[in-house]
Amino acid sequence: MMHSNLKISTILTAVLTMGAMAVFFISFLLAETEISLLITVALGIGFFIFAKNQSYFENMIIFSNQRPVFFHGLIIIIISLILSICKHEHFALFMIASVTLYATACFGLTLQLGYAGLTNFAGAAFLGIGGYTVAILANNNVPIILSVLFGGITASLIGSLLILPILRTRGHYAALVTIAFSLLFKTFLELNEFLGGPQGIKIPPMNLFGWSFSEPVLGGSFYISYVILSLIVMGVVLGITRLVEKSWLGLHFDSVRIDEVASSCFGINIAFWKITAFTIGNFFIGISGGIYANMLGHIAPTNFTFGDSLILISIVILGGIGNPIGVLPAAFLILVLPEKLQFIQEYRLLLFSILVILVLIYRPDGLLNRPLRKFYKEWGPPFIGK
Amino acid sequence: MENKLLDVTNLTVEFGGLTALSGLDFQLREGELLGLIGPNGSGKTTCFNAITGIYKPSKGSVVLLTKDITGLNSQKIYKSGITRTFQRLRLAVGLSVFDNLVIGDTVDLNTSVLFNLLKRKALRKQVDYQLNKVKNILKIFNPDLVNAIYEPISKLTMIDRRRVEVCRALISRPRVLLLDEPSAGMTSEETREFMDDLLEIKKKTPSLGIILIEHEMSVIQRVTDRCVVLNYGKKIAEGTYKAISCSRDVRVAYLGED
Repeated sequence: MMHSNLKISTILTAVLTMGAMAVFFISFLLAETEISLLITVALGIGFFIFAKNQSYFENMIIFSNQRPVFFHGLIIIIISLILSICKHEHFALFMIASVTLYATACFGLTLQLGYAGLTNFAGAAFLGIGGYTVAILANNNVPIILSVLFGGITASLIGSLLILPILRTRGHYAALVTIAFSLLFKTFLELNEFLGGPQGIKIPPMNLFGWSFSEPVLGGSFYISYVILSLIVMGVVLGITRLVEKSWLGLHFDSVRIDEVASSCFGINIAFWKITAFTIGNFFIGISGGIYANMLGHIAPTNFTFGDSLILISIVILGGIGNPIGVLPAAFLILVLPEKLQFIQEYRLLLFSILVILVLIYRPDGLLNRPLRKFYKEWGPPFIGK
Repeated sequence: MENKLLDVTNLTVEFGGLTALSGLDFQLREGELLGLIGPNGSGKTTCFNAITGIYKPSKGSVVLLTKDITGLNSQKIYKSGITRTFQRLRLAVGLSVFDNLVIGDTVDLNTSVLFNLLKRKALRKQVDYQLNKVKNILKIFNPDLVNAIYEPISKLTMIDRRRVEVCRALISRPRVLLLDEPSAGMTSEETREFMDDLLEIKKKTPSLGIILIEHEMSVIQRVTDRCVVLNYGKKIAEGTYKAISCSRDVRVAYLGED
């Protein structure tokens, strides 16, 4: 009976919106001159305002809820088209893979900050733990799939040590502990000879069941392999994050974040749930760090600075704390925009910051704020807020 | 004589040099509604906090049936069967009515990570079971709330939020229910309605013991079986409303006569 509600116009506008977003995405990524970039952005903003007025985005959500197979199939088709269009573009593909991996890491942060309320300013450190674990294991001929998994596990384990001082503090103080860890981590890397010191460490190219990641794919760039792999990993991690939200786990995380006293009066073990969120989140960050390091081919302490941790946190805040979908446009904006603004040179960071501030003034809850938590989509309309 | 449910002996809470609660003794019997009254700052909420493990008592003991629960943490006290509401509402704003009620029933949820991620069908059964439970308990207080279970808490009126908070405390079928001034912020009409529902609950669950903190004397007179009166952290009287309202100490301390 729900399906009969879906009008043709809803489907058409939803598909149109997705197509337009893809066109914007690719033209933005490939724009080389200032003029073409400007036109792309102007058209993009124009379409965004138009689509918002016509509630095309709502249609897209309705479409995705009611025809999930069709919707996800369409996404895969769009991604394949994008990849085939820029299969020779090393830089564009590298950016897509980076955005995807950063987004994957940010799903981990969403679990920590958005669900359980743990501020983790050491995101880049956990990326680094994943990366360095992979570097050491890959140099010792451990199969890549295992070393990436170990990257996640190591990040989780070190995280569960770090959580112990965090549990003894609250609010801003917990955040301070992670800041200290982030700074310590970089210093530790720089001083550690075994990990290559400030020069860093080389990582042999990935080889997954005979699929060599250093070879060109279909006559295109070798980055395509990394893009595909990171998209798959991101899809899986996004799926897990959403399953977590729509389960008793998500309920416990939310309850711990909102009110610790009330939660513990109803049998919720605050420490246990914080550790759980921190561990799962760091696992996600660790595996994305592992793949990221592999794609870079060479990692050094400067890849995992406190500044990078801030980038990760700002993606989560800009996207809308607690909404993993919001992470996607935010990661794109925060990672790609500064690259595209290089023609204004030193002003680019200024302009970039102004843009982020503007977004947060007009959308204080981030690009996509988190909808009301519900277990099943038939429980109500998808846009209902808090 | 009814069975003894909760036995509080010499309960003392000290914060540094300040004694917030001093040598409190009282008992709660099965099926009893006990009023806990006293002027502001007399230690009523402190007593609740000490019983529910938010504060560690400096001296004394709290025994539930035969189990000594003194000094246990809040989670263990909840699991042994004591739940409460808060003077200032502590619902999870930002979550739905359903979510808020289920938080009251965490003892009944399977929280294993693998179960939640992989056994989605079994999870769905648990959710449906909870849904039923939530609807049944809300019906007692306000049938209209059943239609609002997917709505955010922020859309409810004050009295409905109070009702949800009491339902959250009742859903796990506790032995002892502690109500910390549930009528705060309600009109007298709403309070009357609320107390009717409370008496209904009391009738339906004869093994439940309720302690009620309340300022409105007419409410205390109407609903409580017995009262304990506190002043400056000490018990100054105990007995039926009739008995305590005759006590000179109570009149001086609380009703403002001298």
